[in-house]
Amino acid sequence: MSNKAGGIIGWIDDRLPIVGFFEDHLSKYYTPKNFNFWYFFGSLALLVLVLQIVTGVFLTMHYKPDAELAFASVEYIMRDVEWGWLIRYMHSTGASAFFVVIYLHMLRGLMYGSFKEPRELIWLFGMMIYLCLMAEAFMGYLLPWGQMSYWGAQVIVNLFGTIPYIGEDLAIWIRGDYVVSDATLSRFFALHVVAVPIVLLGLVLAHIAALHTVGSNNPDGVEIKKNKDANGVPVDGIPFHPYYTVKDIVGVVVFLFIFSLVVFFAPEMGGYFLEHANFEPANPLATPEHIAPVWYFTPFYTVLRAIPNPFFGVVAMGAAVIILFFLPWIDKNKVKSIRYRSTLYKANLFIFLGAFIWLGYLGMQSVTPMASQMALRLSELYFLFFAVLGIYSTQRSAAYYLFWFVAFVAIISVYDVYRNNADIAALTWQTWVIPVAYLFITLVLAAFTNLDQDKPVPERVTG
Amino acid sequence: MSEHDVDAGRRNMLRVSASVVGVVGGAAALIPFVSTMSPSAKALAAGAPVEVDISKLEVGQKIQVEWRRKPVWIVRRSDEMLANLGEVEAKLRDPSSELSEMQPPFAQNSNRSIKPEVLVLVGICTHLGCSPTFRPELAPADLGPEWKGGFYCPCHGSRFDISGRVYKNMPANDNLEVPPYKYLSDNVLRIGEMDEEQGVA
Repeated sequence: MSNKAGGIIGWIDDRLPIVGFFEDHLSKYYTPKNFNFWYFFGSLALLVLVLQIVTGVFLTMHYKPDAELAFASVEYIMRDVEWGWLIRYMHSTGASAFFVVIYLHMLRGLMYGSFKEPRELIWLFGMMIYLCLMAEAFMGYLLPWGQMSYWGAQVIVNLFGTIPYIGEDLAIWIRGDYVVSDATLSRFFALHVVAVPIVLLGLVLAHIAALHTVGSNNPDGVEIKKNKDANGVPVDGIPFHPYYTVKDIVGVVVFLFIFSLVVFFAPEMGGYFLEHANFEPANPLATPEHIAPVWYFTPFYTVLRAIPNPFFGVVAMGAAVIILFFLPWIDKNKVKSIRYRSTLYKANLFIFLGAFIWLGYLGMQSVTPMASQMALRLSELYFLFFAVLGIYSTQRSAAYYLFWFVAFVAIISVYDVYRNNADIAALTWQTWVIPVAYLFITLVLAAFTNLDQDKPVPERVTG
Repeated sequence: MSEHDVDAGRRNMLRVSASVVGVVGGAAALIPFVSTMSPSAKALAAGAPVEVDISKLEVGQKIQVEWRRKPVWIVRRSDEMLANLGEVEAKLRDPSSELSEMQPPFAQNSNRSIKPEVLVLVGICTHLGCSPTFRPELAPADLGPEWKGGFYCPCHGSRFDISGRVYKNMPANDNLEVPPYKYLSDNVLRIGEMDEEQGVA
């Protein structure tokens, strides 16, 4: 811009364009004026990332990554280090908070079609961030070297062992030993505090850079860049700073309020954030009575348990995560926002959400014959959501809907016949209703009603 | 030949060969880094056989010893337990341990042991490596009226009978591993070694 800054800022700006950078990304970075509640979670994720890095650095000053010393060093942080308990509880609560924020952030993307053209790369970087977070959370959970740390790591590393031919050697290579041991703890520590955070920061940078190239989506799913005034400023856009910086501060205050309530009054969250068995030192010779991963992994863990074959269970669990990467190419409907999508699309998304939460709940419970049937049925709903999403990409003929209804019911029934045996026969056919009812709602109703009609999208953002 | 004349073919050849050398060199530099993550010589060395005296093991009891840092269970089974082995066979995936790998030949039958009453198992679930719980009681509330005693994995719910044989439709596909072992005397076991004739039998 023409009015050049003077003084120190000017001196620096001649050598490093900080003023232009500030303008490009904050004061003249135009964002849609109609952001709502769901748009808090991007900035909150950044806040939690900073929180995790800062608390993590201070924990590293006292923690000892050694199988003999690790458990005691965490107790030492909790009891003897000044304010150590606070830093540690902030870090452990921060891990769960990170996933709360990220899941809501992803749900926002699903609701408003934020992953769609031209934002596919933002979604891909976001998914890679999500994978890194899962790796961070998993490796970080080993560090306290409690019973859950140990057996959780044992189970997850053995997932790799189920891969045919190379699996066993791969698992040994990951552990650096035949069982989870000191070698495993040390390398997880190195990866948790150095390697993965560096990758994570790079990905966050790429995520934001890609976002700022194409601009934000909004609850109406209307591109504000298509409607600019004489100065080239989007008519429905407002500068990120000060408008959304101020709005985000409100979000930060509310978030920190809730976060503090958890840190000070319920840091273990009844065993969901810090599991009870983890207050016992790791014992390689005895698995805890009841073992479950921390809540944010449980939906995928249930998918793993639903398949009665170790390798295919792992494949299904992996697929449940990987399929999210392909979302931009599965849902090709031009209408982005849920506001203008069909009634059946909304039903599909709500059922998916319900199935995901229920899968998560089942992952924390022990296995009963009924629970394992439900796990399979909900896993089927989880994957069918994506199939139906693809079918909803455009208006289809009644015959098309009915063809896929029959095809999916046939596939599910054939698998049921294959896996059925006398012990589970009653449950199998009772729960068979669940995926069939789901397919009836999403496909047969689409064929015979006009509930599959999308609504017209307005030219400009509303409200 | 003027200096502006560029032989595109030669230049391309140089570019490709330089890239190939660079990629190969970079890949070779990965080898030491990747290798550091394999088990160290120290970890490899910790695998000697262990000897166990089972003279004090009562009927129905389980003891646990450590071999290669894995739990190894020794159970002295009652006659009732041995009698129940045949009853559950229809519900087992692999009753005579033909499909499961890493089994000494003497384990390919219903009792899966050298002496029928003394069961020796590696206490690691063949699914994902948890250590199953010993549940010898009949029909406990949580495992249902059909339960004839055996091992239950708390991680993913796999069920094994009192010989460590897996039931059908469980997350685990293989029977629990029987380690190589032999009797040094009537009551002393050596885990980690097998007699030659048992190995080929």
